[in-house]
Amino acid sequence: MGINVTEEEGRVTAQLSGEIDHHNAPELRTEIDNALERVRPEELVIDFGEVTFMDSSGIGLVMGRCRLMKDMGGRVIVNNTPSQIKKVMKLAGLDMLTTIC
Amino acid sequence: MNIHNEIRVIFPSLSCNEAFARTTAGAAAAQLDPSAAEVIDIKTAVSEAVTNCIVHGYRDRQGNIEMICRVTDDNTLYIRIRDKGCGIPDVKKAMEPLFTTASCEERAGLGFAVMESFMDSVKVNSTVGKGTTVIMKKKIAAKEIYTAAMSRREGADEELK
Repeated sequence: MGINVTEEEGRVTAQLSGEIDHHNAPELRTEIDNALERVRPEELVIDFGEVTFMDSSGIGLVMGRCRLMKDMGGRVIVNNTPSQIKKVMKLAGLDMLTTIC
Repeated sequence: MNIHNEIRVIFPSLSCNEAFARTTAGAAAAQLDPSAAEVIDIKTAVSEAVTNCIVHGYRDRQGNIEMICRVTDDNTLYIRIRDKGCGIPDVKKAMEPLFTTASCEERAGLGFAVMESFMDSVKVNSTVGKGTTVIMKKKIAAKEIYTAAMSRREGADEELK
């Protein structure tokens, strides 16, 4: 599991990689939330392009960030989602909360 | 139905063992020559079941989790995951999508929904104070059938062009 957070004005991008489960989701959450607190962006982009596995712990991660961004008046975009991960996201109805590409 | 092979592992309820359990189940499934998507389905369901044991079954303590993976001659993978944790008072309610008793930990409450969606069948037996057993089955599509289905689909796609 890895994360690379890029901060720019109005946008935070979190590029995730490897496997996301209950064991490592808290670390990802902390990294992203720290950046959101610093930048208070209008847009959070979560890039799943390099993620090889995700269970429902990743759903909790995205849902929690959607809530946080809504409180800040911003939005979340989920990018480069592999098809198998998209399947878990759609099962959770995450496509009704945010844009999944 | 005859059993071709069976593995049994017991491991402590540490979150780092979620990856161990799903990798082991994936390796057991490999004997049935599954597609990549079927392997990911199995690994996701196992990850959910083991996470439930850790987060809910052994919420306040550490215990052991037992996983049995059985391969049968009808190309079916049978997985049993058992904890001796606190048990579930109302299994039907616990299996409802979005139900969770750990909302403060950002749990989505989708564990059982994912298991049911990705496996052919999921059975849950639980006794309060004694623990929970989850039994899941998945029949792996035979490669020749899968290949024929994909060829038919490609043919249909071509006709649509």
